[in-house]
Amino acid sequence: MPQITYREAVRHALAEELTRDPNVVVMGEEVGQFQGAYKVTQGLLEKFGPLRVADTPISEAGFIGMGIGASMLGVRPVMELMFWSFYSVAFDQILNNAANVRYMSGGQINCPIVIRGPANGGTNVGATHSHTPENILAAHPGVKVIVPSTAYDAKGLLKSAIRDNDPVFFLENTLLYGEKGEVPEEEYLIPLGQADVKREGKDLTIVTYGRPVIQSLAVAELLAKEHDISVEIVDLRTIRPLDIDTVLASVRKTHRVLIVEEQKPFCGVGAQLTYMIQAEAFDELDAPISRLCTIDAPAIYSPPVEAEQLPNPQRILKAALALLD
Amino acid sequence: MSKKPSATIDQKPAAPVPYGQAPVNASLTAEQKIELYRQMVRIRRFEERSHRAYTGKNAAGGANIGGFLHLYNGQEAIAVGCCSLMGKHDHVITAYRDHGHAIAVGMDTKALMAELYGKITGCSKGKGGSMHFFSPERNYWGGHGIVGGQIPLGVGLAYGVKYKGHKGSAMAFMGDGAVNQGAVHEAYNLAALWNLPCVFVIENNGYSMGTSQARSSAGELAKRAEGYGIAWAACDGHDVYEVRATMDKYLTIAREECKPAVVEIETYRYRGHSVADPDNTYRTKAEIEDYRRTKDPIQVFQAILLAEGVLTEASAEKIDEAAVAEAEAAAEFADASPYPTAEDIQKDVYWESDNPDQRTSQGRLFFN
Repeated sequence: MPQITYREAVRHALAEELTRDPNVVVMGEEVGQFQGAYKVTQGLLEKFGPLRVADTPISEAGFIGMGIGASMLGVRPVMELMFWSFYSVAFDQILNNAANVRYMSGGQINCPIVIRGPANGGTNVGATHSHTPENILAAHPGVKVIVPSTAYDAKGLLKSAIRDNDPVFFLENTLLYGEKGEVPEEEYLIPLGQADVKREGKDLTIVTYGRPVIQSLAVAELLAKEHDISVEIVDLRTIRPLDIDTVLASVRKTHRVLIVEEQKPFCGVGAQLTYMIQAEAFDELDAPISRLCTIDAPAIYSPPVEAEQLPNPQRILKAALALLD
Repeated sequence: MSKKPSATIDQKPAAPVPYGQAPVNASLTAEQKIELYRQMVRIRRFEERSHRAYTGKNAAGGANIGGFLHLYNGQEAIAVGCCSLMGKHDHVITAYRDHGHAIAVGMDTKALMAELYGKITGCSKGKGGSMHFFSPERNYWGGHGIVGGQIPLGVGLAYGVKYKGHKGSAMAFMGDGAVNQGAVHEAYNLAALWNLPCVFVIENNGYSMGTSQARSSAGELAKRAEGYGIAWAACDGHDVYEVRATMDKYLTIAREECKPAVVEIETYRYRGHSVADPDNTYRTKAEIEDYRRTKDPIQVFQAILLAEGVLTEASAEKIDEAAVAEAEAAAEFADASPYPTAEDIQKDVYWESDNPDQRTSQGRLFFN
């Protein structure tokens, strides 16, 4: 199976869907002539032309709203946010209009839009460019939220997202764009809302998504080698809809849960997971659920310290060992 | 509205105003003219009836209508004039003062009143309320609650029309307060930059909620379009002929040349910003009365049609009586209709959850 980068996987998904469906358009800041701020859309303008791959001005509220309006008429816009951090500028469009229009119209209007872009810390760009809003987005009924961790998942999930009839928010990670993974040449789709057990284990379940999946896999390897501890890793892949069944099945197997998320702790995805696990599998737990988040402050700039603020292998290892102590 | 308008109007036109001779109006049949008049009267009577329902009590002693109610009284010539120009690929979107446009595009007043009452028979199944009327089958895309938030969507409708290769347009309505919202200016820029067939309509009733234009907006409102290289015009919204003549020009340009425009239409609202507005802090009763006497769009048009010999006072009275009866029937229908049930709360949230046999995703969509 060929190895391609996460970035290429997203690009291939876009290219395949642009080819498949003439209603699909790609729009965003610097997606065309500039070849993408993170080169995700490199080559798409040349291949598909300016009507299908369109550069927008720096007007997130304007162009995201325009995409939502177009989607109501049956266009399928895939809008790039250069950083998901800029969602706050378009909050009204994303979470008042896209999330609510189907409901407020009594089911008469659909909004088949995809908004995608990176949402991560760890690149020393300070608090304004390091937001991870998956919890805030997923708190709105009507939307779907995806946070893929591998090239394979990114491609299969993005293709499903573009074919979905509800608004889908797709959160990538600039620190994963260069990571390679096996991706088949033949077409495939991954259903939204299906978690993936990235590693089987019996002593401890780590529930995670996004970049911490990659870090957790490395920690699991270390724990197996040096501590003879068998860790199961559940990658949620989609935050909403949520595959809680796969999480609960793992809890029933290992009886210990560590949630790792690149989120601030307050009202984060892990808070919802913790509630659901205790509500539905309380008797299966041999220890309180443990949770490792980004340290609760705005993203610090200082490069070595930002690495400490985020989940990282050292912090994950410490939290895992503490839970098994 | 007086049943004898000729007695209460100060400046009754002696002859049809020139706008009546504009081709888009001169080509109207007598029936079509009467239909324009009838629609304005139907909107007025619907709003008056909904106001009565809002302030009255239902049989159980509770409120018939909850939340906000933003009435269109006084502005009827705009929605009727603009929507009367719609063709197959022309679309409309507006803000929360949306009843007039809904009636003008042909929505059933029973379904509208039932929506106000929060009933399952409402146009949005009781899920949207006064501010959220929609009828995509009539190219009516709402009904939006946040000032200016609908304008980027309007540009998106225009983009969709153009992308699909249709010869059409989008009319994006807003109030005078919305021109100070950033999203509106982002939308102007996009529409101009991408040559989108969007006609932005500013319904300038003089007040953004309780703040007058002089206290809220610098400069001339429509003229802000110049900064974007967008054509603009201002017209009087009390004369439906003038509204039609002005809008026809810019809609034609939008359809034929794919160019946006900003049209500011001067108007006035008789009721408060919403019914909750006591309406005694920022304008005088005399000002409201003056508009009612001299510029009421229904009386102005009635006088024109009487002068044209298209309408008689007797036929005007019949139209009015029918509109009163229609509004009353709508209220009776709304009153008699059932509310949605608790089971309906989670319907219409996702396309997928409403179409479970076609669902491709897995996992939980709802978290109760």
